[in-house]
Amino acid sequence: MVLHKLKRLFSKLGAGCINKVWRLGAGGRLFWLTLISSGESFRRFRLTIREVYFTGVLSLIIILVSAFFVGMVLALQGYHTLQKYGSSEAIGVLVALALVRELGPVVTALLFAGRAGTAITAEIGLMKATEQLSAMEMMAVSPIARVIAPRFWAGVIAMPVLATLFSMVGILGGYLVAVPLIGVDAGAFWSQMQANVDWEFDILNGVFKSVVFGVACTMIALFEGYDAPPTAEGVSRATTRTVVTSSLAVLGLDFILTSFMIAV
Amino acid sequence: MERTTIDLWVGIFVALGFAALLGLAMKVGNLTTSSIGQTYLVTANFENIGGLKPRAPVKSAGVVVGRVSEIVFDPKTYEAVVSLNIDTRYNFPKDTFANIYTAGLLGEQYIGLEAGGDEVNLKNGDKISQTQDAVVLEKLISQFLYSKATESDDKPGKTAATSTESGVDALDASPLDKIGK
Repeated sequence: MVLHKLKRLFSKLGAGCINKVWRLGAGGRLFWLTLISSGESFRRFRLTIREVYFTGVLSLIIILVSAFFVGMVLALQGYHTLQKYGSSEAIGVLVALALVRELGPVVTALLFAGRAGTAITAEIGLMKATEQLSAMEMMAVSPIARVIAPRFWAGVIAMPVLATLFSMVGILGGYLVAVPLIGVDAGAFWSQMQANVDWEFDILNGVFKSVVFGVACTMIALFEGYDAPPTAEGVSRATTRTVVTSSLAVLGLDFILTSFMIAV
Repeated sequence: MERTTIDLWVGIFVALGFAALLGLAMKVGNLTTSSIGQTYLVTANFENIGGLKPRAPVKSAGVVVGRVSEIVFDPKTYEAVVSLNIDTRYNFPKDTFANIYTAGLLGEQYIGLEAGGDEVNLKNGDKISQTQDAVVLEKLISQFLYSKATESDDKPGKTAATSTESGVDALDASPLDKIGK
């Protein structure tokens, strides 16, 4: 009896592990197929532009509004702590570095996974459930080149743009709280920021991070959609998995990338 | 949605992204401040540079006149050779004094130039011979403790009078006196 239960427990564990590894491999294979068949998404660039509109432009509102509030909260919280040490002028550096290095890329990626990633997964999952992808294959049109690749490149293009806008609007929000509301000197705010934010180490590294997050988030969303069981329940589960996996991947990748960048 | 509208919005989106990047570079980052037109190179030897780093500012009278371009160790003299890029608009006499200062108590370190009285100016490739090392806090404290200890060994019994003579009355602390005795 106990042996039987133990056997079932271990086979469950084994099946789970095999499933995870299989999904990782299938995801990697889809990534590779997307890369080698992405020629069409550049030759017919209009396909990609259309997807940039849906993933990027339509995400602008949520990204910009969140950035504004994040910047304002950073300034308030930072001021509260910094003024204890009599260095409230450093608020500009604090807001700018926090946004450009970390919060810009990471929060944008998390919002992007929720706003655009789920849409991609649901769309492709439904395309599969209604057999549109199979129909394309029947007509000798590769669904990877026609459907997957343009969405992938659109995500990779949109994410850094959104992240830079997030940082810029966040700094603006921080400025509005720090200078007119709290009364920090405007000159000190900007000059301390300019003296301590490095173009290459801080800004370009932040942009690089957002490109990596763009690849990860879009690819996870595409794979979950492509892999979803062709039922209503399957698509809904795939959408949930997109958000969970993307968020975890972004936070994990953020640690790895940061540790490489700081160590140099 | 029509094709042209989508094109327009995507165009605006990407342009906004580039504008934000430009804004970060110009308004937030130090891309603009790091470049100082034409420069000439001079070197200075220090026995100890403390925490000085490449790209640290070179200041004279508090104004940034150049940047540290390179710091190397000279294995013959066991000194640090610091190369300074100084703006060609500013000329300094040959007997200029180079110090390593710290901005604030815990701030970054920079090089301060104090102009001398020589009529010949520094040229590209010249070497500043008069330098003063960075102040290392541990050294300063140990020197102070050492001088305190020897002082109270020499003159036992006197306390208040000797401490003013030593010229460090700002740092004078009565607990240290008691330790010395």
